[in-house]
Amino acid sequence: MLTEITPVVRQQGLGHDYYLLTLHAPEIARTVQPGQFVHLRVPGMESGILRRPFSVFKAEHDELTLLYRVIGQGTNAMRRLQPGEEVNLLGPLGHGFPPIEQDKFPVLIAGGYGAAALYLAAARAARRGMICMGASTATDILCSRDFQDLDWEVRLATEDGTAGTRGLVTEVLDQWLAQRPENCIPEFLACGPNGMLRAVSRRAQAGGWRAWVSLDRHMGCGMGACLACVQKVRKPKPDGSEEWQWVRLCTEGPVFESRDIIWDEND
Amino acid sequence: MINPPPSGGLAVNLAGIAMKNPVMSASGTFGYGQEFARILDLNLMGAIVVKGISPRPASGNSTPRMVETPAGLINAIGLQNPGCDTFIAEYLPFLRQFQTPTIVNIWGTTLADYAEIAGRFEGVPGVHGLELNISCPNIKAGGMAFGIQPDMARQAIKAARRATRLPLIVKLPPHLFSIAEFARLAEDNGADALSITNSLPAMAVDIEQRRPILANITGGLTGPAIHPVALKLVWDAAKAVKIPIIGMGGIVSAREALAFILAGATAVAVGTASFTDSPR
Ligand SMILES: Cc1cc2nc3c(=O)[nH]c(=O)nc-3n(C[C@H](O)[C@H](O)[C@H](O)COP(=O)(O)OP(=O)(O)OC[C@H]3O[C@@H](n4cnc5c(N)ncnc54)[C@H](O)[C@@H]3O)c2cc1C
Ligand SMILES: Cc1cc2nc3c(=O)[nH]c(=O)nc-3n(C[C@H](O)[C@H](O)[C@H](O)COP(=O)(O)O)c2cc1C
Ligand code: FES
Repeated sequence: MLTEITPVVRQQGLGHDYYLLTLHAPEIARTVQPGQFVHLRVPGMESGILRRPFSVFKAEHDELTLLYRVIGQGTNAMRRLQPGEEVNLLGPLGHGFPPIEQDKFPVLIAGGYGAAALYLAAARAARRGMICMGASTATDILCSRDFQDLDWEVRLATEDGTAGTRGLVTEVLDQWLAQRPENCIPEFLACGPNGMLRAVSRRAQAGGWRAWVSLDRHMGCGMGACLACVQKVRKPKPDGSEEWQWVRLCTEGPVFESRDIIWDEND
Repeated sequence: MINPPPSGGLAVNLAGIAMKNPVMSASGTFGYGQEFARILDLNLMGAIVVKGISPRPASGNSTPRMVETPAGLINAIGLQNPGCDTFIAEYLPFLRQFQTPTIVNIWGTTLADYAEIAGRFEGVPGVHGLELNISCPNIKAGGMAFGIQPDMARQAIKAARRATRLPLIVKLPPHLFSIAEFARLAEDNGADALSITNSLPAMAVDIEQRRPILANITGGLTGPAIHPVALKLVWDAAKAVKIPIIGMGGIVSAREALAFILAGATAVAVGTASFTDSPR
C-alpha cells in the first residue's frame, strides 16, 4: 500500500452523471487486485476534508481507471479534473475478491456502479462466466460492453424495462439458475446496494454455493486506524457456538464472504 | 510569546518525555501506529499517542460512526478498543522498535477503572507516558461525566495519579465552564501536562430522512472547523498553569501548529488531518 501522486490522463463523460477518470498511477496499477479500492484526495472541494473511496475499475499498463457517479461535493469536484492535474491516491486498499476456483462457474451481479468493482475480477478470471447487471433504468447500466468484450455473457435487468428484463437483477439471476446445466456450480461475486447483496446471499445460502460481496460504507482514514467503517461479522468460538465481532471494511473488506456477514435490519 | 525553542532545534522535553520534535499523533486518529507505518516512517514523529485503551475490551457504537461536515467531521466511534491485555500483548511490541516515545491514551467508566488502567502500565517497557481521557463525549456511562464536572474530574485524576509514576497528561474537553479553572485543577492534582483539546459535542441531521445521521445521535466535531476554538482554550490554559500543554484541534499544516506554540503550547498533536494528508 502506498501513496501516489497521479496525473489525470483522461476524463470521459458517460452521460447521466457517470464518468470515467483515468490516472497515470504505475505503482498502484501494477499491484491492484480485483475488488480493491483507492482513497482519493479530491482537489478543489468546497468544505470537504476527507478522501473519497473508489473501486479500481480498470488497471492497464500504467493507468488506472475509476468509474464514478456524481453525487455530492467530492464527485462534483472530481468531474472538473482536467488532464495533467494531479490527484493524491492512497492504494491499493483492502481485501478484494479471491480468485475463482477452476471447477466453479463465475456469476457476477452488479447494481449500478457496482460494475466498477467487478470488472477486474472478470478480466482476470481463469474462465469466462456470466454477469447480471441491474439498475433502475437503462442509462444506469454501465459499461456492459466491456464485459461483452471479454466474451462474458451479459444479462440485463431494469426496473422500468428500458433495457433487458423488466424487474430486479435477482430475477434475471433466478432465470439463469433455473436453466443452468446440472453440473454447473456457480460462485457469486456481487457489488451493489445492500438489498441486492442480501438477496444474492440468500440464493447462495439456499443453493449451498459461495458468494463474495463488496460492501459500501462511509470511510475516514481508509487505512484501518479510525474504526469508522466497521461491519459486524460472525466469529465462531472454539466450543462451536458463535459470537460477533467488528471488522474494518477498509482493511479486512470491502469484500466479504456473504455467510460471515451479520446484516443490519436497515440493509 | 512563551516557550522559546530549546537551542539545538526542534527537540522538546514534555514533562520528562524526550521528543525529537514537538509533533505527535492525536489519540484515535493514528490507530496503534502500525496502520500508518505503511506510508510514514514512525521514527520521524515526536511521539505516538495511541487510540484510547480501557481495562477491558470495548465494542464501541453502532454505525454510522462518522459524518463529514463543513471543514470537519463528527465521529462517534465510541472508544472501541481491544482492551489493555491485548494491547500490551499484540500492539505494543510493534511500537517498541521505533526511536519514538509511545504515549497510551487511557479511559474508564468508573473511578476504579481509571486507577486500574493507569496502574497497568507501570514498568511496561515501551510506554513513555499516559494521556488520561476524561473528555470523550461519546460514552454516556462515564467519560463525559468525569470530564465536565470538577469533582469527578478531580477524583479521576487523583485515582490515576496514585496508580502510576509515568508522566501523566490530562486531556481536557472544550466545553467547560472555565478552562483555566480545570487546567489548575488538573495541575493541582498531579497532572504533568495537559492535552487541549478533545472533540466538540456536535450532531448532524439528515433532513430528507428526518433523523440524526450518526447511530449514536451525537458525536464529537474535529478538524479545521475547531481550530480557532482550540487555540483560544490553549491560550487561556497557558496563562493559568505552569505545566506544559499539547495543543490540538484542526491542525492541517505548520501554520496551525505554530499558532498553538505561539499561544503557549509546548507540543502539538495532529488528528483528523492524518485521514487526508500523506507524506507524499
Ligand atoms: C469501497 C468503496 C468503493 C466505492 N467504489 C465506487 C465506485 O467505483 N464508483 C462510484 O461512483 N462510487 C463508489 N463508491 C462510493 C463513493 O465513495 C461515494 O459516492 C463518494 O464518496 C461520494 O462523495 P461525494 O463527496 O460526491 O458525496 P457527498 O455525499 O458530498 O459525501 C459526503 C461524505 O459521505 C461519503 N459518502 C457519500 N456517499 C458514499 C457512499 N456511497 N459510499 C461511501 N462513502 C460515501 C463521502 O466519502 C464523504 O465523506 C465506493 C465506496 C466504497 C466504500
Ligand atoms: C475518529 C476519531 C477518534 C478519536 N478517538 C479518541 C480517543 O480514543 N481518545 C481521545 O482522547 N481522543 C480521541 N479523539 C480526539 C482527538 O485525539 C483530538 O483531540 C481531536 O480530534 C482534535 O484534533 P483534530 O482536530 O486535529 O482532529 C478522536 C478523534 C477522532 C476524529
Ligand atoms: S476508514 Fe478508518 S478504519 Fe476504515
